[in-house]
Amino acid sequence: MGSEIKNVDLAVSIGPLRLKNPVMTASGTFGYAKEFEPYLNLHKLGAVVVKGISLEPRPGNPPPRIIETPCGMLNAIGLENVGVERFITEKMKLLTGISVPVVVNILGDTVAEYQEIAERLADVDDIAAIEVNISCPNVKKGGVAFGTLPELATAVTNAVKKHSRVPVIVKLSPNVTDISLIARAVEDGGADAVSLINTLIGMAIDHKSRKPVLANVIGGLSGPAIKPVALRMVYQVAQSVSVPVIGIGGIESAEDVLEFMLAGATAVQIGTANFVNPRAAEETVEGLAEYVYENKLGSLREMIGALVLS
Amino acid sequence: MSQFQKKSYISRLEYLSPDIVRITLDSPEIARIAQPGQFVMVKTGNGKDPLLRRPFSISQVSNDRYFQILFKVVGRGTSLLAHCREGENLSVLGPLGSGFQVDCTGSHCLVGGGIGIAPLLFLAKQLSRICTGNPPLVVLGARTGEELEPLINDFKELGLSVHAATDDGSLGHHGFVIDVLKGLQLAADATTYVCGPHPMMLAVHLLCKAKNIACQVSMETHMACGMGACLGCIVPVEKGGYAHACFEGPVFDAEELLWEVK
Repeated sequence: MGSEIKNVDLAVSIGPLRLKNPVMTASGTFGYAKEFEPYLNLHKLGAVVVKGISLEPRPGNPPPRIIETPCGMLNAIGLENVGVERFITEKMKLLTGISVPVVVNILGDTVAEYQEIAERLADVDDIAAIEVNISCPNVKKGGVAFGTLPELATAVTNAVKKHSRVPVIVKLSPNVTDISLIARAVEDGGADAVSLINTLIGMAIDHKSRKPVLANVIGGLSGPAIKPVALRMVYQVAQSVSVPVIGIGGIESAEDVLEFMLAGATAVQIGTANFVNPRAAEETVEGLAEYVYENKLGSLREMIGALVLS
Repeated sequence: MSQFQKKSYISRLEYLSPDIVRITLDSPEIARIAQPGQFVMVKTGNGKDPLLRRPFSISQVSNDRYFQILFKVVGRGTSLLAHCREGENLSVLGPLGSGFQVDCTGSHCLVGGGIGIAPLLFLAKQLSRICTGNPPLVVLGARTGEELEPLINDFKELGLSVHAATDDGSLGHHGFVIDVLKGLQLAADATTYVCGPHPMMLAVHLLCKAKNIACQVSMETHMACGMGACLGCIVPVEKGGYAHACFEGPVFDAEELLWEVK
């Protein structure tokens, strides 16, 4: 890459959080970031979002947990994670001093749990932002109610925001009738940004055995298959709230990022694509730099919400 | 540990039977460091469907440059791979996972079923190279002789004698590998290395447990990434909870796993 391309302006701001480019990784698809070091330069990314953390460790669901579907995959991991204590003492320690912003995704069963995790993380250095998962569809009590009821969404956002020293992003569920309503509810609760979409609830059945493929019966659909739904929801939410929108759903290239930015996203997260190509996030940053250079844009920010409606 | 994502050149593609294919890939970075029992993740097409890579055991390495994968055509991914041409490139991630633990002080017994025989060839070669004791006992089975014969040939070329079993009796013992294994004299210091269908691995594990013989099994699971990110490839473990086949396995001490006896 030539030095002119390296010097293009890709920077975006998520509320008070400044990112050198809009490419983040999606929670649950990038481990605790260290797993990807053999394949890419973490420092080239806008931010990394680590695997969702709960108050207590969770073993996750029994197998099978994943199955491929056309242009996508279903997962029912069941929020397997090491819990906030081990996350702080083991996983964050590995990321100490890292120069890419680290966003920590959190989840809970009750407002009090979310609040307690936020309190624990408030004392930890090197956390750039908290992302609140109010949408994971996999565990029966795993937050699905928070993401579908506006007043609960406001309450949980408010509780986390009050106890955090860093910007709070709320990750929205697409499994609702009107996602704009929930987006406005979390904005009312004090969210600094919203990210969307989490997975769409789906199902796979093996007609030969007459059984569901996933042990959990239902799971979350991700990958290119959900991109059109995600684009539509980002477009609608971007017009409904004034906080920045982070687009998620089937993104695997610079072209995909540009589409989400045109729809109104300020930044994006790359998810399932990390599984297929562990270099996807870094290659996407390179692709964006080339686009800005070749199209002589002053900055990539010119693309945000620049959709042309005839 | 080093891992690579590489465009690997297909130097050879062979049909060993109507539905068993062997691909030789030119990839020095992977071939130089791969260990028996490790695997690679291969992108089977260029588009978004199939989306995910497919895991394959490494069945052989040679000259610090080439490695082979061996597979049965069972679905769209493997079908696409089987229709690749020599000279094309494949996107390969690897070598991944933790392979067989070899200790030359004891004796060795290799037990494979169907396409699960693939990683045992790499292991047999390594045992022949680094361990000076008796050659390993090899017990291999498949549904038919047509399926089993090409898988056995490479072991014979190593000078190993193979005890064969087929479901239809068309080659070797008419029945399961476990029947053959029960009839063999396993030394007390033996380690058994197993890869194949789950019921076969369970049967071998129970036999080894009864005889107090070490047993290592290579587990096959649903896997999206192969590198510890998706957390999809779990196997239940004896102490409770799960282990991840892609980085804690795919080879496990059979005693550590929770075998659901049905």
